[in-house]
Parts: sequence; structure tokens; C-alpha cells
Amino acid sequence: MALLGMRGLSVFISDVRNCQNKEQERLRIDKELGNIRTRFKNEKGLTPNEKKKYVWKMLYIYMLGYDVDFGHMEALSLISAPKYPEKQVGYIVTSCLLNESHEFLRMVINTVRNDIIGRNETFQCLALTMVGNIGGKEFAESLAPDVQRLLISSSCRPLVRKKAALCLLRLYRKNPDVVNIDGWSDRMSQLLDERDLGVLTSVMSLFVALVSNNNEAYWNCLPKCAKILERLARNQDIPQEYTYYGIPSPWLQVKTMKALQYFPTVEDPNTRRALFEVLQRILMGTDVVKNVNKNNASHAVLFEALALVMHLDAEKEMMSQCVALLGKFIAVREPNIRYLGLENMTRMLLITDVQDLIKRHQAQIVTSLKDPDISIRRRALDLLYGMCDVTNAKDIVEELLQYLSTADFVMREELALKAAILAEKFAPDLSWYVDVILQLIDKAGDFVSDDIWYRVVQFVTNNEDLQPYAAAKAREYLDKPALHETMVKVSAYILGEYSHLLARRPGCNPKEIFTIINEKLPTVSKPTVAILLSTYAKILMHTEPSDPELQEQIWAIFRKYESYIDVEIQQRAVEYFVLSRKGAALADVLAEMPKFPERQSALLKKAEDAEVDTAEQSAIKLRSQQQTSNALVVTDQQPVNGPLPINQLGLVRIPSQKMEASSHNQGLTKENGAVSKVDPEPAPSADFLGDLLGPLAIEGPPAATVSAEQNMISGLEATPNAADALALATVGDQSNSVQPIVNIAERFHALCLKDSGVLYEDPYMQIGIKSEWRAHHGHLVLFLGNKNTSPLLSVRAVILPPTHLKVELSLVPETIPPRAQVQCPLEVVNLRASRDIAVLDFSYKFGTTVVSVKLRLPAVLNKFLQPKSVSAEEFFPQWKSLSGPPLKLQEVVRVVKPMSLPEMTNLFTSLHLGVIPGLDTNSNNLVSCTGFYSESTRAMLCLIRVETDPSDRTQLRITIASGDPTLTFELKEFIKEHLINIPTPTPAPAPSPALAAAALQPQSPITRAGYTDPGVMLAGLL
Amino acid sequence: MNYIIKIHFVILLSRQGKVRLTKWYSPYSQKERTKVIRELSGLILTRGPKLCNFVEWKGYKVVYRRYASLYFCMCIDADDNELEILEIIHHFVEILDRYFGSVCELDLIFNFHKAYYILDEILIAGEFQEPSKKTVARLIAAQDSLVETAQEQASSISNMIGQATK
Repeated sequence: MALLGMRGLSVFISDVRNCQNKEQERLRIDKELGNIRTRFKNEKGLTPNEKKKYVWKMLYIYMLGYDVDFGHMEALSLISAPKYPEKQVGYIVTSCLLNESHEFLRMVINTVRNDIIGRNETFQCLALTMVGNIGGKEFAESLAPDVQRLLISSSCRPLVRKKAALCLLRLYRKNPDVVNIDGWSDRMSQLLDERDLGVLTSVMSLFVALVSNNNEAYWNCLPKCAKILERLARNQDIPQEYTYYGIPSPWLQVKTMKALQYFPTVEDPNTRRALFEVLQRILMGTDVVKNVNKNNASHAVLFEALALVMHLDAEKEMMSQCVALLGKFIAVREPNIRYLGLENMTRMLLITDVQDLIKRHQAQIVTSLKDPDISIRRRALDLLYGMCDVTNAKDIVEELLQYLSTADFVMREELALKAAILAEKFAPDLSWYVDVILQLIDKAGDFVSDDIWYRVVQFVTNNEDLQPYAAAKAREYLDKPALHETMVKVSAYILGEYSHLLARRPGCNPKEIFTIINEKLPTVSKPTVAILLSTYAKILMHTEPSDPELQEQIWAIFRKYESYIDVEIQQRAVEYFVLSRKGAALADVLAEMPKFPERQSALLKKAEDAEVDTAEQSAIKLRSQQQTSNALVVTDQQPVNGPLPINQLGLVRIPSQKMEASSHNQGLTKENGAVSKVDPEPAPSADFLGDLLGPLAIEGPPAATVSAEQNMISGLEATPNAADALALATVGDQSNSVQPIVNIAERFHALCLKDSGVLYEDPYMQIGIKSEWRAHHGHLVLFLGNKNTSPLLSVRAVILPPTHLKVELSLVPETIPPRAQVQCPLEVVNLRASRDIAVLDFSYKFGTTVVSVKLRLPAVLNKFLQPKSVSAEEFFPQWKSLSGPPLKLQEVVRVVKPMSLPEMTNLFTSLHLGVIPGLDTNSNNLVSCTGFYSESTRAMLCLIRVETDPSDRTQLRITIASGDPTLTFELKEFIKEHLINIPTPTPAPAPSPALAAAALQPQSPITRAGYTDPGVMLAGLL
Repeated sequence: MNYIIKIHFVILLSRQGKVRLTKWYSPYSQKERTKVIRELSGLILTRGPKLCNFVEWKGYKVVYRRYASLYFCMCIDADDNELEILEIIHHFVEILDRYFGSVCELDLIFNFHKAYYILDEILIAGEFQEPSKKTVARLIAAQDSLVETAQEQASSISNMIGQATK
């Protein structure tokens, strides 16, 4: 029967099955492919039946995993055959062999269309099925109207209409324009009245897609969905064939509840009441029965009902019922239910009211961590991670640590990372945190990434109280026999910095510390050797009074590595050796590491990235949305220093302003001293007076300097201008729980220097920007991307322009469909020079969460600059003609971010201030020329001169001239902002570590962007 | 633009890892298809009995169920309803069972094209199409009879030609 006339196919399948091994199989298949190829070449001799047979063979071979790179035309040609049997094969095989982007498909669009609009019902079905399965954009454009006609036709039978509905759904996914919203909301409402449950099932799928994209257009359908659900749940008027194990189509019930979840809320009180009645009935009336299928089906409905209850923001009582139910589920024997119980409990964590109820099930959840099923273990881990807070952190983290030793290899890294994050986030005290991380390294060193131990080093560095404790702990671990290399690294680092704090304890004098660390030297890898060398240098420095014997030992090691093959190690050995012979200078160079700037944990970021590849994101989302737990903010917190936009982990101690300022200055002087000592060249004489035009020396009158410095310092710590005030306001405004996952201030500053990149990102959405600048016009495009599988609603974007900018933003759509990106062009016209900044006031809704942010737009002064190259003959007359204030302004700038001249040249170039080399006879000076464009000034030439002092890179003098006093002033202030250290949101310490790094490793490839990241910084140092 | 697709693909695997049917509703290239099958075989075939029917894979979920020597697998998004998919699998199997009369792996090997016809009546565009087993059975029977009639006609014509040219 089935294989009537296709004996060849069964014979072939048997042959393949009888092959003894892969090799034989390949031979048999190659032979068949050769055969098919010859037969197709000579098409005339093929009967339709034979052609069918060969095409099936091709599909079979393809299915077995072999490449079939020919014969697609033959399969396609069957589609245009006049008879059903050939056509059927043509359609099915084509839709299996080709995917939507295959160019051949284009050739059959017409044939397919003829089948769709033709009268033959069976042909219609075949065509609709294929288009529904592999139709692409082109199909959408040419076939959608015909498919729509079939769906709403009263003369078509259900079998055609249900296929038409799903086919249209596919075409809609490929091109949403094929469904015109205006006409469709009424049409959809009618379609939902459908009596045939087969058609209604397909129509509901189509509806879910439409409503997920634009719920507002389909409000009128909401009551109908509620009615359908009610009818199904009460089993009213449902034909027997549409019940599944006694349950009225569970699939349609689930789908209807999915659709309801796309409406932000249900306002009509009657509908709402009816809906809750149904939901209550489902929640409470679902029993566990023996029959697996019935059980699955009823629980499929139940879990969807649970999702809908959560979405609708039910009363607390109902939520508690849900938690109780889930609590029951996570303890049952049936693994599916256990899995889903855990999964849904994790989702419920998003509802604040019930978090405490969920915590009551902690013991059971911990048990699930030992479940034989990895799927369940993953859910349990995710849930524990999500529910952890200050109250239960100790228990949970300790469970995770215990589990670590027995966990699957595939889960260990994730586990280690999560334990580290929780320990960091919720530690009741810092010493516990250090204990956890050290245990983590001890138990699962292989799975502890560098980020984790960098982080512990950061904490120890930033918290003086912690230093002796950490050093003592590190010393203890060194006594253990088999030590993981990461433990060697972290212990060596900590002991290098802080072992002197232990000096009086037994076994902790410098020599003993050195000896025990040095025992590890022969067995460690190169990066660790480098760390050990630094540790030795530090130990030497801390040894007071110096111990000649120890010194000899360490020098011997340095000498040994002087000719080592690894450049990094060699360099360290050479430098430390020379430095350590300089006596007191050593103490300056190897001074204790300055505190790290406070910032987001790289770990959280990493967890977010890693999660994509492992499991569902709910717990991670939750984590990244949560506000900082204050458990660990130790002392002296002064919000003035900046609630940093990404300060999710308020862990690092924020010192008081005063301390910051003074330590900052100290740091600078110290390191400067070191630099000049290391520098073998004599410092070039500061030839400021021999300057070609300006008579004023950089050492201005003391009073002026002091006030300038004060300005700078207050500039660093308070809010220097409107822009930064806004940055703070941004944070203050964000009462919402969704936190950005990029550093907004950093993104903004990066975008000031380049024309495209990410401006903002949170767990749900990303805003990118791309801009083009021509004279005083700017053309920007905002890319609003939805990262989710559900739409972002009530999207709103308004530009708050400063007075000097004319800004026009094109219409922003209210909804961003799932995983979609919309582009909103933005036109900017610059009226005059100003440093004020346009702000994008942006908000959207995700589920019930409203996210609202204010973002600074990088439409800043330098975007309207175009570097000019002028000759000396053009420059000097201009320079002279613009004499004195207000057209020409001069200022001594202090607390400059130390940078070399080439670095400064780069900075200027990226600010569109063209640097003209050779114009100034003094090689320490920098002259630049640029054109500024605005509607009021048109093109205006600006001339800039910067005089630097090679012996003190923290100060310079800047002179700016242009034909417009406002422009001169604004440009001067603007350049100052970029020269001093405001751009990084972190207040002071950034320059000092950078300099320290530079002092130790002159060739260290630390980029400016890089050194703000403590991880990178640390890596650079080690 | 990407819209939620319910089922990304359907794969039938034998216990030995042989593919018995594949259907892709999201676009995957040939290379990706091979890779997916290889990864999933490693993940699913090694799972013991009495574990749950869900496997987390690359941010997706694979819902699978074993019937004798065959594994039926469907891949969905992580936040989709797993049990619903599990019962789509069972629904498919019941229909196959009714069609072949106590279906076994051999039926699906030698009549793999039938399995494709049946699947096309249950899923389109990765969405569930027909909850009624009766309706599906009726449609498949109608298709079969169409094919048979056409074949009979063809063979009677070829007989006639054969007779005439004797």
C-alpha cells in the first residue's frame, strides 16, 4: 500500500540498514547518489513515479546526515506536476531540503500562488503547508493577500482555513507589514468567534503573534479570549474529539492564556473577576492522577495559569496559594513536576511579596541541588542564586561550596561564579567573604576564573581592616601540601602587599614568608612566576631593617631570571634587581597599591554573559535588577562622591572626600619622584619662558594656583557642570528596579569621542547610536533594540534640548516587538557654542515594570568641530590679531590626567582639534587649529596652544583664541573637562594606579580605556 | 525581525543516534543542522530513565520523550510551556500509532515519508495545528486514497498501453 510502486526505495533503505559499518554505509550511499545523479541528468527517461522515488531517496540520504547538493531542481519541479501524488512529494521534500533563504524557492512562487488561489482544496493545503513551513520575505510580499482571503473566506473548509491562519502567521513573522493593523483588529475579533476548534487553535496562534507585537490594537479581543478560556475550563460545549484525556484541548487553553499575558492588564472588572474565577479553579482543581498524559496535560494548563496569575498581579492571598502549590511540587517524585516547580518558583521571585514565602522552602530546594537529574540541579542552583539575600547568604553559599566538590564538571564554573557573586553581594562581613573565595579557590581552583581572585584582591586593597586577616589566611593556605596555582597567585599577591602586617606572628617574618612562597616557584607557570617576582620585591621593601641574607637570596633569583626567555619575567627581574639596589627609592616605587576605583563587579557581567549559554535568565535578571544590598558598605559612605550609575555592588569602601583628595596628592608626588628617579635621561629644562608668544610662565602667582587647584578638586568631587548634575539626576530618577548593565557615563564619554556605539543597555533593551556630522548639522540614528522574547511597551522618547541646539526626533514607535530593533533618526542643528548637553528622556514598560532613564546625548561641542591644517604663515597673524580676553583666554590647568604628548595629541585628534606639528618650536608644546560650526557663527577658526611641563605632567597651560568670546570660553572649558580627570565617573584614584603601572612597566600595553577597569589594571600589574 | 516561534525543530532519534525524521521551522543551514543533531544526541541519549523530560541547551529547552527505541525531541524557547510540548509529542505518537497500527521504529524507517505527511497535519510554522486525532486521521486517509486512485489510474493506463503495444 504505502510503498506502492516504490519498491526501489524500500530496497535502498534495507541496504543502508544492513550495512555493517559507517564505511559500508557511505559506499552504498555514494553509489546511490551517483545513480540518482545519472538518472536526473537524463531526465527524459524518467517516469513521474521514478522521479518521486529518487527525490524520496535524496531526502532519506539527507536525513542520515549526508550532503545532498544536487537534485533540488528535480524536487522543485514536482511541485508544478499536475497530479496530486507528484505534487505532494514535491512540496514535502522541498520544504525539508531547503530553508527559507534558498534562492531556488523564488522560482516556484508563481506555481505556489496558482495552487493557493486555485480551486483544488488539496493543492491549497499542500501549498499553504509549505509556505507556512519555509516561506520567506518574498513569499510574504507576494502571497499574503491570497492567504488572508482564504482565512476569512466563508466558503473555505476548516482544513484550508486553519492552514491559512498558520501560513499567514509565518508570513507575518517574516514581514509584519503584511497584516494591516487597522483592518485586522475587527477581523481578528470575528475570527475568535470561530466554532471549529481546529481552526480556532490556529487562529489563536496567529493572534498571539499579532498581540505580542501590538497589544493596544487588539484590546477589543481581550474579552473574547477570556470567554474562550472560560468555555474550555468549564468544559462547555466542547466536542469529544477535542478533549485530550478528558481535558478540553489543553493546547488551546495554554495558548489562550499566553495571549492574555500580552495585555498589560485586565481592567474591566467583570472580565477580571471571571478570569480569576477560572484561574482559581485551575489552580485548586488540578489533582495529580496516575495517567501520565492526563497529568502532563492538566499541569501544562496549571503552569500557564500560574504565569497568568503572576502577570495579572493577583492578590497576595492567591500568590501565597501559588507558592504553596509550588512548594508541594518541588517535593513530589515526578521529575517533570519537580523541575517545573523549581522553574516557576524562580519566576515567582520577581514578585516581592512572596519572596519570604519562597524562602521557607529553602531546605527542599537545597535537596534538589543533589537531584540525580542535571536539569533539576540547574533549576535548583538558579533558584538558590535568585533567592539569596543577606538573611540566608551564609547558608546558601555554604551549600554551594559543599556541592562544588561533587558537582558536574559542566556546572562547576557557573557554580563557582555564582557562589563568588553571592558571597560578594551579601556577605555579612568581609572576612567571611575572603574565607569563601579562598575556599572556592582551594576546592575548585580550576573553575575559578581570574576575575574572581582579582575581585578579592580589590576588596582587600580597598579595606584596611581586612588586610591583616587576608594576609593571615593566605599564610595558612600556604601550609597546605597540594596548592592550586590560583591559590599561589592570590596568596603571593596578598602576602607581598600585606605580610608586613603579620610580622610579629610566628612563621610570618619576611624570611619565612619568602621561603614558603619560594617553595612554589619551581612548579608554577610563567604568569605566576611574574607575580612571585613582584612579591619578592615587595618583601624586600618591607624588610626593616634589611636582612642581607634574604636580600642575597632574592637578588640571586632576580639575577637568575634576568635572562629568562619570557620577556615579562625578564623585565621584572631586571627592573626589580636594579630598583632594589637603590635603597630608599625602592619604597617609593613599590609603594602599596592604591585603592581601586569603585565599580561594577565584572563577575555579574560575566554571569549574565555565561547565562545565555546555560539556562534561563530569570534569576540572573532578577539579580541584575535588584538594588544594591547595603550589607557590605563598610564605612564613611559619602554619597557626594557619586552614586555611580552602575554601582550595584556598593562594596568598596568609599573614603571621605578629604582622604581622597589628600591621598591623591600624595600619590602624585610620590610617583612623580619615582618617575624622575627611574628615568635615565636628565629632565629636559623647562623652557617655558622661551616660549614664542606668551610671556606668562606656568608657575603663576601662588594665590591663583591655589584657587585653580581648589576649583579642580571641587570639580572632581562635586558636580562641575550641568552635564554631570544630570548624570546624578539620572540615577536619582531611577526609582525603577531595572538597572543598566553598562556604565552609562562611560558610554557617553566614549561616544563623545566616536560616532557610533552603545549608549545604554539594561537587561531588556539596548540603545545604540550612530551619528554623522556636517558643519553645524548632525544626523543621528538611535537604535532601540528589544533583547527579549516579549515586546517592550509604552515606549517613549523625548529630547530635552539645551537652548543652543535645535533637535528633532522622528516618531518613536510605542511598542518594540520581541528581539526587534527600531531606528529613530534624530536631526540636530547647532545654534551657538555651549557645553550644555541634550538629554534623552526615555521610558518603556516591560511587563509591569516601568523603566525610565535620562541619558545624555553625545551631541557635544566637539562634534561641530572640524580640524584645520594651517601653515605658520596663516597661523601667526591670526594668533596675534586675536589679542587678549575675551577673544583669547589663557589658563593654567592643574590636576591634569597625566599623559604623554602623543597621548594628548591622540586625545586632541579625537576631539576634532587638529594638531599641527612643528608649528611651535618648543617640542613640549602642542598647537592645534580647528573650525567650529554653528548657525550664529558659521565657520569660525579656533586656535589652541597647550604648553606642558615634562617634569610635571599634571599641569599645563592652555591658550585659546577665536573670533567669538563665548566660543573661546566654552571651548576652553570643554577642553579642560577632557584634560582633567572628570570623564571617568570615579573620582580620584584612577591616575595614580595608572602611573604606578607605568612606573613599573614602561612598555605595559595598558590602554587608556583599559586602565579604568580594575581587572585589566590588576592584570597589567601582575 | 524575529518573532517567537513555538517549536524551532523536531527531531526523531533512534537510541543508536540514527536520525529518523527532522523538521526545521527556524532557518538552520545544513551545517548547523548537523551540529545540532550531534550535540543533542550527546545530551539526550545519555540521559538515564526516570529523569525529567527537559534538557536545557544553549538557552533553549529541548523537550523529549522516549518511546521504545525512539526519542522524539522538540526544541522550544526557554520560557515556553514544556508540558504542552510534551503532550504534542504524545499526540503525534498516538496518531502514528493509530495510522500504522501499533507503530514501531521499522514503520517509521520504511515509511518515513508518511511520518512527514502526518507531522505536517499536526504542526505548521512550528505551531500546533490540530488537536483532534480523528480529524488528522481523516485527512491522512483522504490523502492516501488520492494517491492510490492516481496510482491505479496510472497503472491501468500503463497496462492498456502495454496491451496495445504487445
